[in-house]
Amino acid sequence: MITLSRAAFELKIFFRARDQVVFTFSFPIVLLVLFSAIFAGTLEGTAVTVSQLYAAALISAGILSVSFQNLAISIAVEREEGGLKRLAGTPMPKSAYFAGKVLSVLVIAAIEVALLLAVAVFLYDLELPADLAGWLTFSWVLVLGLASGSLLGIAASSLPSSAKSAAAVITLPFVVLQFISGIYIPFTELPPWLINVASVFPLRWVAQGFRSVFIGDGGVALEMARSYELGKVALVLGAWTVGGLALCLMTFRWKSRRDG
Amino acid sequence: MDTAVHVRGLAKRYGALEAVRGIDLDIHRGETFALLGPNGAGKSTTIEILEGLRKRDGGEVSVLGADPHRPTRAWRARVGIVPQTAGDVAEVSVREIVTHFARFYPAPADPDEVIDRVGLAEKAKARVAKLSGGQRRRLDVALGLIGNPELLFLDEPTTGFDPEARRRFWELIRSLEATTILLTTHYLDEAEELADRVAVIAGGRIVAEGTPRTLGGRASDEATVTWADGQERTDTPTKTIAELMTRYDGEIPELRVTRPTLEDVYLRLVEES
Repeated sequence: MITLSRAAFELKIFFRARDQVVFTFSFPIVLLVLFSAIFAGTLEGTAVTVSQLYAAALISAGILSVSFQNLAISIAVEREEGGLKRLAGTPMPKSAYFAGKVLSVLVIAAIEVALLLAVAVFLYDLELPADLAGWLTFSWVLVLGLASGSLLGIAASSLPSSAKSAAAVITLPFVVLQFISGIYIPFTELPPWLINVASVFPLRWVAQGFRSVFIGDGGVALEMARSYELGKVALVLGAWTVGGLALCLMTFRWKSRRDG
Repeated sequence: MDTAVHVRGLAKRYGALEAVRGIDLDIHRGETFALLGPNGAGKSTTIEILEGLRKRDGGEVSVLGADPHRPTRAWRARVGIVPQTAGDVAEVSVREIVTHFARFYPAPADPDEVIDRVGLAEKAKARVAKLSGGQRRRLDVALGLIGNPELLFLDEPTTGFDPEARRRFWELIRSLEATTILLTTHYLDEAEELADRVAVIAGGRIVAEGTPRTLGGRASDEATVTWADGQERTDTPTKTIAELMTRYDGEIPELRVTRPTLEDVYLRLVEES
């Protein structure tokens, strides 16, 4: 009950910041339209269009943005402004705070993905999964991506040293991660050491999972391993979810650093 | 009398700094107790340890019969906290945030009644961001009271209030008769108005404790008799005045009899420590 109340409260706060809502939801759509206009056509030796590739990539970046980036920044600000400390002094179960955050992220992500899919399907002929197996893969990649992104975001909220620096501290690594995870630039064009770095983090695997769903067999030749490696995707995202949870439990602070 | 807060030998250090060096406290149920002291004296550290928001390094602490070192939800539900600073979510209304906090407690007060009690009834629908500093502080108090606490912690509750807002705040606190209150403040008039007992803390120790009237020997201190062309410090001011009356043959010009104010006593105590 308290968890649902927390989730509703978080969503209320999110949707009341109108500009934040508009920019959060339009960001991946604007990029999709832009990239599709710049890079028209299909990819070498396949029937895959650039727009389809970017649609899958931007859904991945979008869900990491509403989970990882959004939580890391908003919790850092809450902590610095004393909101977390106030909650810690009430009988609210601590688990309700985290579950409420994750639930609110699920709702925001669902809206974001639905909007992006609608644009991609109507404007760029993105094909939705035709069978149950496709939707199943879509669902677990989405859920594991959001879970690992949310937990890592909660853990990363401890990194900024002030509310003012939160956005800057969190955004740089997140943008770098997008560039090395095959979101904006095809993965195959990166030097091997960068590929190795990207392979440690969840984003590369989320993107690979979504390519398997939205591009499928026609694009498998473009993959590094000539396969979407769904087993590996599940393993890495699952490991990050467990590791992220452990990291949160070990490092989460209800008070700001200045507060000791 | 039943004890709400019992502290013996409380100690806390931050690195090389000993912030709290052996504090003893006993606060009875239903009483309002004020902790006075300059900035950095250890007031907030002490109050946060009692609130279960800070770990101690030594000593015994019992708050409402439990050790706040490991606070349970049931214990938290009996304690209300008004922190020193809290810049919370701004995009919700006063009623929304008070109602939301009410859900955390097993037996909360009625949100509208609490809002009314802190004098924010007219602002119930206003966004928190639109409140003035004093109104925001009253919202902090509402959030501290919403769980119907047995014990309320008020950490510098009226800093930044104008005199009228402070008087209204005092009335609110006085109306909480059944609630035990631990208050920290910089304002000595506030302690004198509200507190049944006060303690002065300086350099991490309690240097004096008593009622506002008797703190630091205030009641038995020498009085100062001042008149047009003289001044005398004495234990027997009535006798001095009788002598002056015969000297002036009736009316004594510009007569004043003063005893040290709480502020005089406080400043002396802090200086001595």
